[in-house]
Amino acid sequence: MVKSTKPVPDSMTPAPFRVTARRQDLADTFTIELEAADSPRGFAFRPGQFNMLYHFGVGEVPISISGDAGAGKLIHTIRDVGAVTHGLSTLKKGDMVGVRGPFGSAWPVDAAEGSDVVIVAGGIGLAPLRPAIQHVLDNRDRYGRFVILYGARSPKDVLYLPELQSWRGRLDTYVDVTVDHAESGWAGNVGVVTKLIERANFDATHAVAMLCGPEIMMRFTVAELTARGMDRGDIHVSMERNMKCAVGHCGHCQFGPKFVCKDGPVFPYGEIEALLKARGV
Amino acid sequence: MTNPAKPKSSKPDAFVMDANRLDALIGALASSGHAVMGPRVADGAVILGPVAGAADLPLGVTDRQEPGRYRLKTVKKDPAYFDFAVGPHTWKKFLFPPREKLWSAERAAKGFAVREDGIDAARRDKLAFVGVRACELAAIAAQDRVLTGGEYRSETYALRREQTFIVAVNCRTSAATCFCASMNTGPGVGAGHDLALTELGGGKDHRFLVEVGSTRGEKVLMALNAKPAKPKDVAAARAAVAQAAKGQRKMPKSAPTVLAGATDSPRWADIAQRCLNCASCTQVCPTCFCNTVTDTTTLDGSGAERWRHWDSCFTLDFSYIHGGAIRGDGAHRYRQWMTHKLSHWFEQFGTSGCVGCGRCITWCPVGIDITLEARGFVKDAKGKRKG
Repeated sequence: MVKSTKPVPDSMTPAPFRVTARRQDLADTFTIELEAADSPRGFAFRPGQFNMLYHFGVGEVPISISGDAGAGKLIHTIRDVGAVTHGLSTLKKGDMVGVRGPFGSAWPVDAAEGSDVVIVAGGIGLAPLRPAIQHVLDNRDRYGRFVILYGARSPKDVLYLPELQSWRGRLDTYVDVTVDHAESGWAGNVGVVTKLIERANFDATHAVAMLCGPEIMMRFTVAELTARGMDRGDIHVSMERNMKCAVGHCGHCQFGPKFVCKDGPVFPYGEIEALLKARGV
Repeated sequence: MTNPAKPKSSKPDAFVMDANRLDALIGALASSGHAVMGPRVADGAVILGPVAGAADLPLGVTDRQEPGRYRLKTVKKDPAYFDFAVGPHTWKKFLFPPREKLWSAERAAKGFAVREDGIDAARRDKLAFVGVRACELAAIAAQDRVLTGGEYRSETYALRREQTFIVAVNCRTSAATCFCASMNTGPGVGAGHDLALTELGGGKDHRFLVEVGSTRGEKVLMALNAKPAKPKDVAAARAAVAQAAKGQRKMPKSAPTVLAGATDSPRWADIAQRCLNCASCTQVCPTCFCNTVTDTTTLDGSGAERWRHWDSCFTLDFSYIHGGAIRGDGAHRYRQWMTHKLSHWFEQFGTSGCVGCGRCITWCPVGIDITLEARGFVKDAKGKRKG
């Protein structure tokens, strides 16, 4: 065991960050931009990692990092579903947030170089994938075909709409979006996101897939992708479990022998297939 | 291990001291600034708490443990200090307190400032444990790996752990619920102690063999004027420990691999019919580390605190994510506990999460016996292979 001779912050102590911008994305979803309050020293993270965000007096939640705003600024897109996320939704520019992180494994953006990249996201699952999408677009010549498939509940629930439109406008990127329930004015697809896989053009034997969304969506997506010939080891999924510490000490996020906080949240599907198929793991 | 290894020298490793010198040992630890913790009797059980001297120790107390049952008995003839097996408390309650304030925060003009009260408190906690059994040393080592062995460590645990002086005791009796020998963790003390005692003789001949496990242990012992041990004392101590290993319960060797492949076994539903989901096993377990945090505020909203407290995988809340609990069924929760303890722990931390102390068997209100349940799974696996 490591000696603790000098005072170092405990792994449970949050660092102060300040909100530099806030945007309401959807009725229940918002994005905040954060900057370290002590020193604007930047914030190094890998696409797919997450932070623990603390709202004063209310509590802490694990939230994926959804982007790098440049100049050391950090982006989090959050859905207002519980006490802490609701607290965070009330933050304004200049307010303070506690941050611990970054934690966990990352999307295999380096290993995917030279291959086709297939992104499949459902709902707010697009938020943890955004840094990976940004990375591929920023280094577009290092990758093969780039496919982004996104499903939302309704046209009103389509996250990052301006970005989706801008990605779709590129000739080097294939973007397809579907909704479960259409409304008037929607000219796009209706149905589940797995239906989009069939007509997307990529070489399944030389591709890396990155999936984030409800577990049921990921299971059906894996079935489609493997039916097309993709290897289970080339499919990466981001998992969600209850988390209190993010450092492998609280035990809440255990998923069979894995800790979602430190072995995940991003796993090669082949590693967790049996766990995902069993109930109550 | 934190305890600095003893340098090799020609000095003897084993000493003998009269039983009445136990008082001097506790006194020496107290006078060097330690809060001395040891076994004592309270509410019909041997618990762990502050001890001011040997008079506080449970002299002559023995115990009788069975699945779901624990009773103390006092013997008059040749009373011994440590002839009982482990009770409901574990040393975990000192190193990794059931409730611990991690930090507090004060609202400031522009945001808030965090003060690490937990670390300050841990730094002041200089502890000495008297009467740590071999299985408990193994449990402490297991928690060391969880809380300090990875990329991140719990600073409060690390601080307390390093400052703790450990006087271990070799067991010369076992409870009927003990199975340390089959887990290779006892009943003899191996490593992780500063001093190790073995009780010898009785009456006028009542004495302790004292073995040195670290440099700081050696320093304390020197102040006690113990005499070098004779070979027959060492032999008597080893024989007593060997005797304690006999007649214990046994955990089947293949339990880790068998359980790893038993996810869909119907046995989980069978155990769940008996299990009350009371979480008692996880509260008495010396290695269970699962915890949760609670955030609080002062009434005027100017201050906030974060507390960490023990949690249990047997509660519904434990696996809750928006939409519901992942392990909604008692069978899922028992499976999580047992497979984690006996199997997944190897993959996570390189050892078993079970040290064979038997507490979960004794303190289960319905007497579920983890060794018996494990044997059931092993039997099923053998049947399957044959079939």
